[in-house]
Amino acid sequence: MRKLSFGVSALAGLLLAGTAHAQEITVGFVTSLSGPASSIGLNYEKGMNAAYAYKDEVSGVKIKLIKLDDGSDPSQATKNARKLVEQDKVDVMIGTSSAPGTNAMMTIANELKVPFFAVSPVNVPIPADGHPWGVSMVQTPQLMVKVIADRMKRDGIKSVGFIGFSDSWGDLVYNGAKAAEANGGPKVLTNERYARTDTSVTAQALKVVAAAPEGFLNGGSATQAALPLLELRKLGFKGPFFGTPSLLNRDFVRIGAKAAEGTQVSAGPVVVTSQLPDDHFAKKIGTAFHESFKKVNGGEADDGFSGYAFDGWVVFLEAAKVALTKAKPGTQEFRQALMDAIYANKDVAGVHAIYNFTPKSYFGVDERSLVVVKLADGKWVYQP
Amino acid sequence: MNAQIAAILAIDGIASGAIYVLIAIGFVLIFAVTRIIFVPFGDIAAFTALTLAGLENKQLPGTVGMVAVLAVMAALIEIFSLWRKGALDKIPRALFFYLVLPLIPAAIIWLTAGTMLPTPLRLLLTVAVILPIAPLLNRIVYQPIADATVLLLLVVSVALHFAMSGLGLLFFGPEGVRTQSLVDFTTFIAGTPVSGQAMLILGSAIFFSFLLYLFFNFTLYGKALHATAINRTGARLMGIRPQQACTIAFLLSSVLAAVSGILIAPVNTIFYDSGFLIGLKSFVGAIIGGMVSFPVTAIGALFVGILEGFAAFLSSPFKDVIVFSILIPVLLWRSYTLVHVEEEDEE
Repeated sequence: MRKLSFGVSALAGLLLAGTAHAQEITVGFVTSLSGPASSIGLNYEKGMNAAYAYKDEVSGVKIKLIKLDDGSDPSQATKNARKLVEQDKVDVMIGTSSAPGTNAMMTIANELKVPFFAVSPVNVPIPADGHPWGVSMVQTPQLMVKVIADRMKRDGIKSVGFIGFSDSWGDLVYNGAKAAEANGGPKVLTNERYARTDTSVTAQALKVVAAAPEGFLNGGSATQAALPLLELRKLGFKGPFFGTPSLLNRDFVRIGAKAAEGTQVSAGPVVVTSQLPDDHFAKKIGTAFHESFKKVNGGEADDGFSGYAFDGWVVFLEAAKVALTKAKPGTQEFRQALMDAIYANKDVAGVHAIYNFTPKSYFGVDERSLVVVKLADGKWVYQP
Repeated sequence: MNAQIAAILAIDGIASGAIYVLIAIGFVLIFAVTRIIFVPFGDIAAFTALTLAGLENKQLPGTVGMVAVLAVMAALIEIFSLWRKGALDKIPRALFFYLVLPLIPAAIIWLTAGTMLPTPLRLLLTVAVILPIAPLLNRIVYQPIADATVLLLLVVSVALHFAMSGLGLLFFGPEGVRTQSLVDFTTFIAGTPVSGQAMLILGSAIFFSFLLYLFFNFTLYGKALHATAINRTGARLMGIRPQQACTIAFLLSSVLAAVSGILIAPVNTIFYDSGFLIGLKSFVGAIIGGMVSFPVTAIGALFVGILEGFAAFLSSPFKDVIVFSILIPVLLWRSYTLVHVEEEDEE
């Protein structure tokens, strides 16, 4: 019986491998549909659905999409990546919701030389021999802080207080603010930290109030980022609040309520597509994305994450157009041609950014990929 | 730091400390009677907050499903053990206590889901639905190994904590919650703002500690618990059933956990895994009390809260380092001054 089932699965594997070689492009998509990262992972899944509904062929060649769940587990992401490449012979991979899982997939992509679109930040060494085999669609944390710091400078804010998470995210935001300070940005007066499970930030908030900054920069993320804001307002702090895209969260708005009102954060243009001026690069493609998203998933795309999956798809489509003229899908030449095209294509407009990738870095976005939005009556409003 | 800041920090510290007092007393209570260091205790407080928030948002809280699953498991285990003992006539009673009774509040919540109940009823239902969790866990996990060593019980407790926080994620989801304030006023004492919630927290801690004091000194059940805590074998010889004492200890402690969960929910965002750190800091308080003395535990827990407040002001990234470093000198001091009861004596 075991022999038989082994035979059947081997046969199925052969058949699958056989179909992959036919005239179609195969894309492998990994996200977390279960486990702790699934609250973000589901958004990527919806973004991917919208992308596939938006366009499922390039120059007349059909695209086949294989979806796998990594259960928020980096080792499962690794296994999925290997399976996609070695068994399903995919031409391209897209994934995944957690940074560790994405790094794991990037390593596999570099090793097996398969183009990979990361929808989370990537932090693995660039291969010594040649170029990386993937790109990351996201804005770097440094950029997220720089854009909001530039806005503070423009608004004449000369000093800010800082309270952030006592983890790497808090460090990234703080270091970004310090870098901006070195470039003439507002002075960062405090470096206070708290943990997501802490019961109180009164002491940290007192320290900020005592330093008397003009504004406040929030280095927390999601729901618990509201805690310092509530506490600061309670202690009578009147200055404006600033933050990063990690505050674009429904529960942050719900819990922050009145205290969070007026908070300004840097954000990918996708969250305010409908408010963008008509000549903005993300207006047309963003509108198409939102329509497609609504049609497939029902409901609005009010998260930033689904847009990354969509942008990965857009950059892939543009590259595939070029690559199809050079090689046949399912071959290593096609993968190489795809990667070359990703680097050769200039100014590819997505819903988040205008992408210009180079072999020197995983990231390919600039300051145009972030706009400033302000919380007014529980809604994020575009601030030109 | 000036006097004003010190006063605000002290009040904030006392408020967090009062929460730790409730949980630390629960720790000591359970440990004294059962010898179990009940690690998932903080989780129960967090689940209370999540349940209350669920009721406020007119959703069906995950606790209902959790209690139902635990009740069915406990009932099956009890029936199986009764059947093996041949005591079939006791099965209806077991079914009532392990299945029907825990499911009554869960059923009420399930039936009224989607309607906004008045606040007192909501609080009452929250406490009622949380209460059975610890006793049911006791029946499922601890009762079969009741005579094991403290170390084994501790290891099982740690494992149970991970299981509980996993279940918490499954039943409550990854998002944090915050409930509406129970009281919404701020008074000024000597120019320092004191929130009504902080006063409510401190008042509740004092009230429930006093209630516990009355229970232990003036009721038969309290005295039975006290006796079991001092000497299990002796208590057994006097006709006190240790299993019943265990269940009562778990029930009483659950009340404390539930109260602290309700008190902390409006002050801070609570996640499915927030309970562990709250529990751990309370545990430091319980250690200061040597896991035996209720008054010293209360003082220790308050001390942890105040220390935490000031540590956060001096150097917030090292706040937890400072709080937990206190454990080392305290443990040294306790191990030199306390009279040891050898583990082997029990066997």
